[in-house]
Amino acid sequence: MTPVDIGLGSVVLLLALVPVGIVGGRRAAATPLLYTAAALISLLALANALGALLQAGEPSVIVLPLGLPWLGGHFRLDAVSAFFLAVINLGGVAASIYALGYGRHEQAPHRVLPFYPAFLAAMNLVLMADDAFAFLLCWELMSLASWGLVMAHHHHHDNARAGFIYLMMASFGTLSLLLAFGLMAGAEGDYAFAAIRAAGHSPGVAALALGLALLGTGSKAGLVPVHVWLPLAHPAAPSHVSALMSGVMTKVAVYGFVRIVFDLLGTTTWWGAMVVLALGGVTAVMGVLYALVQNDLKRLLAYSSVENVGIIFIGLGLALAFRTNAMPWAAALALTAAMLHVFNHSLFKSLLFFGAGAVLTATGRRDMEELGGLIHRMPKTSFAFLVGSVAISALPPLNGFVSEWMTFQAVLLSPSLPQWGLKVLIPAVGCLLALAAALAAACFVRAFGIAFLGRPRSQAAAEAAEVDGFSLAAMFGLALLCLLAGILPGLVIDSLAPVATILVHDRMPEQLGIPWLSIVPIAASRSSYNGLLVFLFIIMSSSLAAFVIHRLASKAVRRGPAWDCGTPDADPATQYSAGGFSQPLRRVFGTFVFLARERVHMPQPGDARPAVFHVRLLDPVWSAVYGRLGRAVDLTAGRFNKFQTLTIRGYLSLVFLSLVTLLTGLAIWL
Amino acid sequence: MALIIDLNIQFTEMFLVLLLSPLLTGWVRKVKARLLRRQGPSVWQPYRDLARLLKKEVVLAENASWLFRVAPYLIFAATWVAAALVPTFATGLLFSWCADLIALAALVGSARFFLALAGLDVGTGFGGIGSSREVMIASLAEPATLMIFFSLALIAGSTQLSTIAGFMQTPEVGLRVSLAMALVAMLMVAIAENARIPVDNPATHLELTMVHEAMVLEYSGRHLAMIELAASLKLLMYLSLVGCVFVPWGLSPVGGGLARHLLAAGLYVGKLAVGGVLLALFETSIAKMRVFRVPEFLGAALMLSLLGVLLLFVTRSF
Repeated sequence: MTPVDIGLGSVVLLLALVPVGIVGGRRAAATPLLYTAAALISLLALANALGALLQAGEPSVIVLPLGLPWLGGHFRLDAVSAFFLAVINLGGVAASIYALGYGRHEQAPHRVLPFYPAFLAAMNLVLMADDAFAFLLCWELMSLASWGLVMAHHHHHDNARAGFIYLMMASFGTLSLLLAFGLMAGAEGDYAFAAIRAAGHSPGVAALALGLALLGTGSKAGLVPVHVWLPLAHPAAPSHVSALMSGVMTKVAVYGFVRIVFDLLGTTTWWGAMVVLALGGVTAVMGVLYALVQNDLKRLLAYSSVENVGIIFIGLGLALAFRTNAMPWAAALALTAAMLHVFNHSLFKSLLFFGAGAVLTATGRRDMEELGGLIHRMPKTSFAFLVGSVAISALPPLNGFVSEWMTFQAVLLSPSLPQWGLKVLIPAVGCLLALAAALAAACFVRAFGIAFLGRPRSQAAAEAAEVDGFSLAAMFGLALLCLLAGILPGLVIDSLAPVATILVHDRMPEQLGIPWLSIVPIAASRSSYNGLLVFLFIIMSSSLAAFVIHRLASKAVRRGPAWDCGTPDADPATQYSAGGFSQPLRRVFGTFVFLARERVHMPQPGDARPAVFHVRLLDPVWSAVYGRLGRAVDLTAGRFNKFQTLTIRGYLSLVFLSLVTLLTGLAIWL
Repeated sequence: MALIIDLNIQFTEMFLVLLLSPLLTGWVRKVKARLLRRQGPSVWQPYRDLARLLKKEVVLAENASWLFRVAPYLIFAATWVAAALVPTFATGLLFSWCADLIALAALVGSARFFLALAGLDVGTGFGGIGSSREVMIASLAEPATLMIFFSLALIAGSTQLSTIAGFMQTPEVGLRVSLAMALVAMLMVAIAENARIPVDNPATHLELTMVHEAMVLEYSGRHLAMIELAASLKLLMYLSLVGCVFVPWGLSPVGGGLARHLLAAGLYVGKLAVGGVLLALFETSIAKMRVFRVPEFLGAALMLSLLGVLLLFVTRSF
């Protein structure tokens, strides 16, 4: 059995769970059964993918008599697919284990259970598809299955709207991909990836295909400005599905981009790289700025996914720029950094969504203004969420820092690029990346600090209880992986070597042979980082300090009331709120980006009316792109309205007129 | 044998910064007091303060969590590790390869992350206002720091601080526009990062414009001692950083003899003293700015540092 056989076998097993979900959806026993099975199958697929990645043998191929009759269903598993399969199935294992506990609180399991295995199966299939037809079919299946999950709680008005926008954007994305594949397949129309790869593409076609691929996969990954559905749809789904959508499905979209642009297109241009870089930089900063002004914990996490997708695309853009200019070693560094961030983000974003789900289970609240003080009531969840927050804020010694550090190293290699456009753009993008990293830390200080620290802001938060063991096991497993990937990044980097070899025809230097498990991207004199030693130094010096002080000085502790300037006030509203915390940042960045306006109405003394504070934020993307688009559609539809009420003679003459016009046009054309 | 010497130098530097940092704080306070025609406390006062705080019991707010108790040690450790990676009197530090300049910035960021969380932990208005303003300042200071480090890395062709410090001593560096921009931006960032006037006032309590002191208001006893020590270490670290990159003369090279090291250490203390005087002069001659002027101040630093990097991308000779 080749890896692709086992991969397809696990997909079949997952799909076999769909009828179980449909039939048994309303029964209590179905939930643990289905999630246990999904966890085991994902584990099998994960082991298979890891095996294929580490062996780094020839890609395994299979052609099934499915799909288009003259094409067949091509499936293939190479190192790129294997890496993404590993990421996806690791997320699948974690989400399924988490759902063993979380799924018990689901009010409508029959709306979740059938779609969940189908969603996992479809993501697996996209990664193995080796012809355009199979790819698009599986892509659509993935969109539809996740749409079903977004609509699980469809009676909420917001969710229904989210589902509608998601469906629109998904169709738009698939349309772009369809056109991209059509262009690449050319007039011959051979849609097998092997044929597309072998065919040469003219620069015009390549540029157009790059743009379309960027639109198509970007709309699934969440690139600004086609990200609008993401922060609506991801939080609407049940939390384990949110984790899959944000942590994992965005990675399938990244895979789509990588597969099309790096593998299938072959020819790339430096200004194509500029477009990718600029979009990545804007996405990273916009995503985190949006996240900073959200009060809904899950929506904040969804916007932070937009930011991280931006970081990944910055890495990919750098790789593209280096590859175009025949600097494969630098391209390998940038690409490995992007892939490492793919892996890292899937770990900590799943972890954070699990944490948000645990908070939702325990309190029923997603609004941070109603949370607080959870560190006392849910210590374990809080700890796991804290680890995730540190990791996503790119702080050493956890994993998020390593991939951003490598991206910065790749930025520092770019002065030797010959094109002026890149020379000017890349430092600006590097600055945006640094800004995004700093703002992400601010965002997660706010998220953790308001939701978990301080005093409870609602009765529900004050009475929260720790969640079940399965949920905790999933969170702690991911937290441990965040730490391990942070202190031993060389392991992951080395296993990414075959991926880089396929995509940019070079790899990063071998890392495992370097003393002390450091990572050295280019040369030791240039830069190196050792997460393990940094971790040990921090642990050693903090425990040394604590030990010496407790031993030699004092370890007495007394509890007392907090300092309240002599006016005790037990109201939790006196502490900082989520909105208050982000006010300075809103004022610095928001007045420019979101046209934020604050309106304060302070009643005169003696007036009994309450004071009113109102903040208005405008979403620039929504007002500039989608608002106008919607108005244009309305206007056109209004113009065409009068054709609805024509007489039969009118319709006949219209048909006649259009026929004549078309035929004339055809005659001139030929 | 070489390893033992290297280890010795590394640990000497590590404990040297720890021992010197309260003295630097005391020195700056003393000079400031003399500039204001006051007698001022002795330069050794910070040591006495630390010793007194260490011996006192800790008064914890009723709903302080474990994070509040762990944070001071983590903040101290992250700052100390960062400070230990900056060459003070000798280049070629043994452990300098395990974290470069970017990691150094991130370590400072880690310390700040936990400090800001600690400010929110008790759930009072003061902690919140401090944390909220601190992250606003950091959101501009961090990118500026990274851009400055980019300039240095592009000039020296390395992000290793020891290598950069070594390179800065060679005549290859010369006078560069980008380096001047980086220096000005670095000074601005250092002032903001260390909560000095005009960005923040380290000497006030219970004033609505304060940032750092508001975050640590709930801390007492040994926890406060750790945080104060970390703040002193951070100031020393930034001064050493400016020293080893912009005035690198006198740093003893790899394999220098004992006499060379002692001379370099003496020079280092001299540099710190001069730096402290300049800081005190600057602080006494300027008024504290409104908190919403700080983004403009730091935005200027960010633009300046970005301009430096852009120049270096255009040509390495700027």
